[in-house]
Amino acid sequence: MPDDGRVVAGVEAVFREEHGRLLATLVRGFGDLDLAEEVAAEAIEAALVTWPRDGVPRRPGAWLLTTARRKAVDRLRRDKGYAARLALLRADAERAEIVAAPAVDDEDVPDERLRLFFACCHPALPMEARTALTLRCLGGLDTPEVARLFLVPTATMAQRIVRAKRKIRDARIPFRVPATEELAERLPGVLRVLYLVFTEGYAAGTGAGLQRLDLVDEAVRLTRILLRLLPAERDVAGLLGLMLLVDARREARVDGTGRLVLLADQDRGRWDRARIEEGQALVVRALTGGDPGPYGVQAAIAALHVEAADVETTDWPQIVALYDVLARIEPSPAVELNRAIAVAMRDGPAAGLALLDALRDEPRLRGGHLLPAARADLLRRLGCVEEAAAEYRAALELVGNDAERDFLADRLGEVMPGS
Amino acid sequence: MKYMLLIYVPESRTAPDPAEAGPMMEAYENFNKAVAGAGVWIAGDALHGTDTATTVRVDDGGTRLVTDGPFAETREILGGYYILDVPDLDSALDWAARCPGSQNGGSIELRPLVEFAAG
Repeated sequence: MPDDGRVVAGVEAVFREEHGRLLATLVRGFGDLDLAEEVAAEAIEAALVTWPRDGVPRRPGAWLLTTARRKAVDRLRRDKGYAARLALLRADAERAEIVAAPAVDDEDVPDERLRLFFACCHPALPMEARTALTLRCLGGLDTPEVARLFLVPTATMAQRIVRAKRKIRDARIPFRVPATEELAERLPGVLRVLYLVFTEGYAAGTGAGLQRLDLVDEAVRLTRILLRLLPAERDVAGLLGLMLLVDARREARVDGTGRLVLLADQDRGRWDRARIEEGQALVVRALTGGDPGPYGVQAAIAALHVEAADVETTDWPQIVALYDVLARIEPSPAVELNRAIAVAMRDGPAAGLALLDALRDEPRLRGGHLLPAARADLLRRLGCVEEAAAEYRAALELVGNDAERDFLADRLGEVMPGS
Repeated sequence: MKYMLLIYVPESRTAPDPAEAGPMMEAYENFNKAVAGAGVWIAGDALHGTDTATTVRVDDGGTRLVTDGPFAETREILGGYYILDVPDLDSALDWAARCPGSQNGGSIELRPLVEFAAG
């Protein structure tokens, strides 16, 4: 199979899966992300040369690890200064936990990716670096790919990643899994990074398309990995369930010309049944056995939406009740906004509008288009044409996404023809 | 009476690469010899740049807020310091969160000290 592009692409997909595991194991062994990245890339390059020629080894993961380790040892032999700095790192890492170098029984390489998740999502890193590093180290994307996903120039993204890696090294952000009692404090930070990747793809803040599906797919893939690593953490199940239940609607959310289609107008036959079923099972898992986490509750809300035949028969009282729970465990203006919209569906637009009025001075909603857009819709339903038009105009000033802008402009045209 | 000398330098000049530092390192070595010879030296270190800084504050509910970067609000001044020898940033953050300085509206900026390779 000489230069069959499809075969090469398939092999590269395998390596992308393998990359995160390989990298995590190497970081564990050498304590240095740069060295681990360098030799992981070299090992994969070597595999791309030798595997097509000699056949794929019986244990590909172990082959890659052995090759990468050999390259790291070579590198350290060549560069004594680098080796000395690494020795310092290792000495401190060993104070943190007494570890024997993980025995590489080549039957199965231990999965060290959880450490990498907690390091890449460390609160001491800027948020934009957390999402980028997670996609790069655990998603196996290269810097230009990550840059493309976030619509920034490659040079900008490269600098962001270099800075973050330098901080990890210099401030000694550890590659460790928090102890059980720390997990409740640290896990939400990891989930937030994955959720941000997802929402950036699902409702792109900038750009032409409403959805950036490659980003959505990456978020789902990474959350699946995290759930495999932390199967008992119910809010990880909740987050994956939420993502799947929301993403199940992807085909119906935009029409043939890329325009936004509201939930009420979506062709429910185009929703992805397999994703819905998987999401529903995860909701059950997220809500069983103790207080639910914020993502489990949001997943339950998403499940109620997809289980209804249409907007009118949706169980709005139950959705309001779930927003009440969410407002208690994770209060935020965004939750209040969504709750107000659900109340409007349950009790009528005037009731929802009264709740939205209370959010008018909320600083965290100022500058965003969500509040004026929600007010505009309720005012439109109440027949307050002038006021609705004013809110649509306010929302249009603030919206960053072209598909949403078109939608708001259409609605403005409906309430006020010729404006 | 003990004094802490805070050395302010342009951000780009903190933590110079040991190989490039040449004359400045020599000047510092001379100064080090001088203060040691005079018997006035207690402790002194170079800090990594502010891009390696992490700030922690603990609210009244005991929730820890960790953010990237130095503490930039100019109304507060540096009121004291500890130098702690711990394995990694997580344990440094644990200590900082226990320190009264991070509580009651205060915050603590953590900056790693530069470690020069021996020899």
